[in-house]
Formats: sequence, structure tokens, C-alpha cells
Amino acid sequence: MAGTARRKLLLMGRSGSGKSSMRSIIFSNYSAFDTRRLGATIDVEHQNLRFLGNMTLSLWDCGGQDAYMDNYFSSQRDNIFQMVEALIFVFDVESKELRKDIETFVLCLRNLYEFSPSARIFALVHKMDLVVVEKRQDVYRALMHSLEDTSAMFSFKVQGFATTIWDESLYKAWSNIVCSLIPNVGIYQKHLQTFAEISEVDEVILFEKTTFLVLSHVTSSKSPGFESDSTRFEKISNIIKQFKQSCNKLRSQFQSLSLRGSDCSAYLDSMTASTMIMVVMANKLVTTGTGSEEAESGVVDLLENDDPFSGEAENNIILANIKIARKMFEKIEHMSLDG
Amino acid sequence: MADSRGMVSEALTISSHRQGQPIPKILLMGLRRCGKSSICQVMFHNMQPLDTLYIESTSRPAATVFSSFIDFEVVELPGQTNVTDGWNDDIEKLFIESGALIYVIDSQDEYINSLANLHSIIIHAVQINPQINIEVFIHKVDDLSEDFRLDAQRDITQRVTDELLDDGLLNVPLSFHLTSIFDHSVYEAFSRVVQKKLPQLATLENLLNVVCQHSGIEKAFLFDIKSKIFVATDSSPMDVPTYEICTDFIDITVDMNSLYKIDSQDQNAGAKNTGDDYEPYSSGQEGGKKESKPIGSTTRLSNGLIVHLQQMVKGLALVCLMRKESMPKIALVEYNIEFFRNALEQLQQLA
Ligand SMILES: Nc1nc2c(ncn2[C@@H]2O[C@H](COP(=O)(O)OP(=O)(O)OP(=O)(O)O)[C@@H](O)[C@H]2O)c(=O)[nH]1
Ligand SMILES: Nc1nc2c(ncn2[C@@H]2O[C@H](COP(=O)(O)OP(=O)(O)O)[C@@H](O)[C@H]2O)c(=O)[nH]1
Ligand SMILES: [Mg+2]
Repeated sequence: MAGTARRKLLLMGRSGSGKSSMRSIIFSNYSAFDTRRLGATIDVEHQNLRFLGNMTLSLWDCGGQDAYMDNYFSSQRDNIFQMVEALIFVFDVESKELRKDIETFVLCLRNLYEFSPSARIFALVHKMDLVVVEKRQDVYRALMHSLEDTSAMFSFKVQGFATTIWDESLYKAWSNIVCSLIPNVGIYQKHLQTFAEISEVDEVILFEKTTFLVLSHVTSSKSPGFESDSTRFEKISNIIKQFKQSCNKLRSQFQSLSLRGSDCSAYLDSMTASTMIMVVMANKLVTTGTGSEEAESGVVDLLENDDPFSGEAENNIILANIKIARKMFEKIEHMSLDG
Repeated sequence: MADSRGMVSEALTISSHRQGQPIPKILLMGLRRCGKSSICQVMFHNMQPLDTLYIESTSRPAATVFSSFIDFEVVELPGQTNVTDGWNDDIEKLFIESGALIYVIDSQDEYINSLANLHSIIIHAVQINPQINIEVFIHKVDDLSEDFRLDAQRDITQRVTDELLDDGLLNVPLSFHLTSIFDHSVYEAFSRVVQKKLPQLATLENLLNVVCQHSGIEKAFLFDIKSKIFVATDSSPMDVPTYEICTDFIDITVDMNSLYKIDSQDQNAGAKNTGDDYEPYSSGQEGGKKESKPIGSTTRLSNGLIVHLQQMVKGLALVCLMRKESMPKIALVEYNIEFFRNALEQLQQLA
């Protein structure tokens, strides 16, 4: 195997801001409730994660207590800030010393400017659940406004997210962060588009298997009005991730889901070794007979289809299409990242 | 399958006795801050467990009606209600109309005071209504270790029964449950309370047994989708993880379905009220509401377990567990589930 691409991510922010919590939820299967048990991080905790076949995410969770912080900016300076692909700076909305937090943020930028000038900068305004709903937007905008100005001074562009571990906003932020590090994201998108067109489905979403972060999604222009909830992708991440935990309690793993909903049918299954695909189709008012014959002959066997409730011919066509697309996506997954 | 037809008609005769009675009540009592409102909010109003921190103290009785197989009214009495002093006709009437009294004890607090309170409540309650089931919820056990929980349960059970014994009260229908709003325990406990008051329980259990036996289903639950109370289950042994996966599966089915609801009138797109629309799907009478398809969903796990959910009548769902190996009987599973639905519909019409 060719050398895997390693991406270094720095997690910074004051002690108690929620860095280890979000890392544990996204990458280590904690529930939001479990994070109450986390102690303060001692110095830097490294976590290396295989992501999408041949990529390694190297997470540097930097304990935020003052003594450690001082070290990061003095004796450990080059060690910490070298070869950084992305800085994820976590602000606690309830922080009493916001000015000091911003100063720390600026210190990070100054060091990155020197050691990793191409790093991407993400600011997470975290614990949003503690702010009353009406004020959230204002609080977030105010902080981001000052961060944007300071970042510009170091010619960085900061991307911000309002997050909390108690809802799907965490998944939205981390999907964006991780996708920004995957060079193949455009290729996934293109093939997902083709897949959606060929199989004539209304929506397709591609997830990373262990984190359930959204890698890519396509909604057909003919889709019957799913747009009403633009956060549905990260909501699915959140929902399925929680269900995966229930499955773990049975010492088993989640494999697939098929939903025959009131307005739509959805099918979620493995795509490749490290991705899952979800396909959504609006319920047809009139059931069409065309195509079912071919689908029923052979395809079922071909797929070793053991989903007992995929009785509908339409489902079988989707399964067949996923099967065909699988090869293509496996290829993308193993493409060299350095090329 | 012939014998199961017989069961339906048996059920019909049982339920016909129940017509024309008032809505059965379940009383919820306990000292202040023991968690009564939290239980109500989490179970019947979709509140997140953590949000209960902000609930204000209850000062007047609050009632919630919920419809599972039959309708129940849960009445919460404020913590300071003193049954011995401020005894009045209203409370007396409540005790008479109630099938069960849930008494909540905060296990994280000194519980001596609540035991005295519970004792005086039991004495009065059984005087007025000897039929009333006393259900003690040993609550907030989420912060206690497994050992501590069992110790607390043993200790409380001992003290309560000893004291009743001293008063010569031997046959009080008394049960104890360890509960927390942060996991499934409160749902399970509440389900048990409701089931005891369900005249159709035996019939439902029999029907579920038949469905399981004839279609290779390992375990089947009949759930109320909205509250996640299970109305009945077949008689095979039940373990907690299995029950939990079923309730969680209801959650994801409901959540995923509401993400992909197509709004015909786009105006109310912003209002995301989840869970409020699991009323009878066949409610054609409620003019205006469009008739939507009953929901079904299936998940497969790596150990060969299959969880299957099928929406039934009146906001109820059948959730069953089976093994990959029982696959060849799938047509039968679907057939039997359909049969079960028909039986339910008949039962319902008589309830
Ligand atoms: N209300 C709320 N609490 C949160 C949120 N995220 C994390 N917390 C809580 O904040 C506390 C501290 O979180 P940690 O993740 O340990 O903080 P940290 O940034 O890693 O702290 P150090 O390791 O000392 O730098 C935990 O008790 C979390 O449960 C959030 O979004 N909302
Ligand atoms: N740890 C824990 N706290 C709970 C639980 N149930 C309720 N609480 C908390 O107990 C407090 C009092 O609850 P409340 O419902 O207002 O009590 P009430 O006066 O009996 O209605 C609230 O802060 C709840 O968050 C539980 O199961 N576990
Ligand atoms: Mg930490």
C-alpha cells in the first residue's frame, strides 16, 4: 500500500470548552450524556484515525488549562504548530473571559502563520444550547465578526459554526471540517450525481461509516420538496449515530435500514468498506409495473439479498444499482491522495 | 391459526364489559422535586431529559390524557399535597377513579421523609379504594451504581412492607421499580403500570404469542408510538437490551420519517413539531388531514438480528425481533402481522 496521507488537526480552546467532548462523540462513540464523565485533558492527547481507506486523521486534543497553554506557545511551539492541516478553535459561549479566549486564538493564528501558513481555520462557537434560542444568531454573529477581522490580519479565512453536543449542529461542523481535508470530495460528488440520475431517485447521501459524517449528497431537481429541512443530512448522522450506540449495547453492529415512510421510502446500506449510502424515493401515487420483471429475475440472487422486507421491485432496482456503483466508489476510496 | 381466531372473539367478549366507563386515571405523587413533572414531560410531552432542569415546581394538580390502546389520564399532584390534613372530596374522588397510584421517591436524596409520606398516603388510598395499585418509583437511579440501586430497592421495599405489616395491612397491591428519565427504565416501569390496568391485556398477549409462534418471531412488542409505552408483549422472556433496541428503533423510525415528510402546504414548513402526528393513520374522518400510509421499517444488525416495525391502528406499532435464519417464513410474517392488525382493529372498535 502506498503511503497514507496524514492530516494533522489541532483542537484548541480554553479548558472545559468541550474539545474532548466533541472528539469523543464524533470519533469514539460517546453519547452526549457520556461526556459528563470526561476529565480535563492532560497536555496533548493524540488520536490517530483511519478515515476513508487511506487517509489518517491525526487529532491533537490540546488540554486547555493555562499551564499547558503557556507551554504550547513557548517550549512546544514548533512541535505543536508544524504541519497543521486545520485548526479547530472551540469557544465556550458561556466563557467569562472572552477577551482572553480571543487573545489565545490570535496567538494560534500568529504561530500558524509562521509554521503552517496554509492551515484551514475553523472557529466553533460551542455550547449553544445554553443560549436562549432567540439570541443564538446574535451571539454567534458578534463573535464571528471579531474573529473574521483578526484572521484577516494574518491572511487567514476563518470558517465558523455554532455548535452544541446536544443536537446535530456538531455533525454539520465536523462534516465540513473533515470534507475540507478530503481531496476526493469532488469526485465522490460527481459520481453520486451520476448515481442519482441513473437510478432516478430523489435523494442520495454518502456517509463515512464509523463517524457517520456526511461526505456528499445529491438532491434531484425533481424531488418533491424535501428542501423544507435543510439540516436533514446532519440530523440523519445524529439519529443513526445514536442508534449505532443502541446496537453496540447488544454487542452488535448496525448494518442497514429500510424505511417505508408515510411519504417516502429510504434505504440505507453499506457502500464501500468505509462508506454508507442512503437513497430516498418519494412514494409513488400509482405503482408502476414497468421494470419490475427484469428486476425480479436474477437481481435478487445476484445481490444475495437477504433483506426480507425489500419485497417491492423498486427497492430491488435500487439495490442492484448500489451494487454496480459500489465498484466505482471503491476505486475512488483507494485512489492516491497525494497524486 | 384457527385457534387464534377464537381468541379474537374471546377478546371481544372481555372488552364489551368495559363500555361506558370514565377514563381510567393514574395518580402521580411524591415529595417536591422528586421528579414527577419530569417524568410527565419526558414521557408525554417529548421533553429532553436534560431540559427538565428548568421545570418549575408544580403547585396545582396537572393532568395529561394519553391514548394508548385505551385512554388514560395521568394526574400529577403537587408535592405539598397533604392527604391527612387537607383531606377533601376531590382527592377522595381521584383515589376512587384511579386504578394506580405512582409514588415517586428521589433516590439521590434522604428518603426517610418520603417513606413516611408514602406510608400515610397508602393508608388513606387503600381505605378509599382497596383496588388501587401502589407503584413505587425509586427514581433518579442514573447516578447510582448497580449495587447501590439494588440496595436502595431492597431497603425501601423492606421498610415500606414492614410498616404496613405493623398496621396489619397485608394485601396492599404494591410494586417497586427503579427508574430514571435518562434511560429506558421509566418507560418500562410506566408500561408495567399501564398494562396491569388494561382489560384486554390477556387477549393482546395471546394474539402476540400466536403471531410469534407461527412466524418465527423471537419477541414482539405492541408499542404506543408517541409515549413509547408498550401495551403488551408476548410471553417469551424479556431482556432489557432487547427492549431498549425496540424503543430506540421507534425513535429512529419516527425521526427519519418526519425528515422526509412532504409538506403539501409549505406554510407550516418551519414549524417542526415532531411526534404529534402519530394519531390513527386511518383517521379519514378528521377531515382535512390527508390519509398517509402506515409506516414500516426494518433494520439488520451484524449478528443476524432483524428488527421490524409496522404501524398498526391508533398510534400503535408492532415491533418484532427475528433472526436472519427465520427468513424463509417472511411471507408468513407479513401475513400474520396483517392478521394481527385486523384483530386489533376489531378489539379497538369494542374498547
Ligand atoms: N451544555 C453543554 N455542555 C457541554 C457541551 N459540550 C461539552 N459540554 C460539557 O463541558 C464539559 C467539559 O468538556 P471537555 O470536553 O472535557 O472540555 P475540554 O475542552 O476538553 O477541556 P480541557 O481538556 O481541560 O481543555 C463536559 O462536562 C461536557 O459534558 C455543550 O455543547 N453544551
Ligand atoms: N439525575 C436525575 N435527575 C432527575 C430525574 N428526574 C428528574 N430529575 C431532576 O429532578 C428535579 C426536580 O424534578 P421535577 O420534575 O420538577 O420534580 P417535581 O417537583 O416532583 O415535579 C429536576 O431538576 C430534574 O431535572 C432522573 O431520573 N435523574
Ligand atoms: Mg479535554
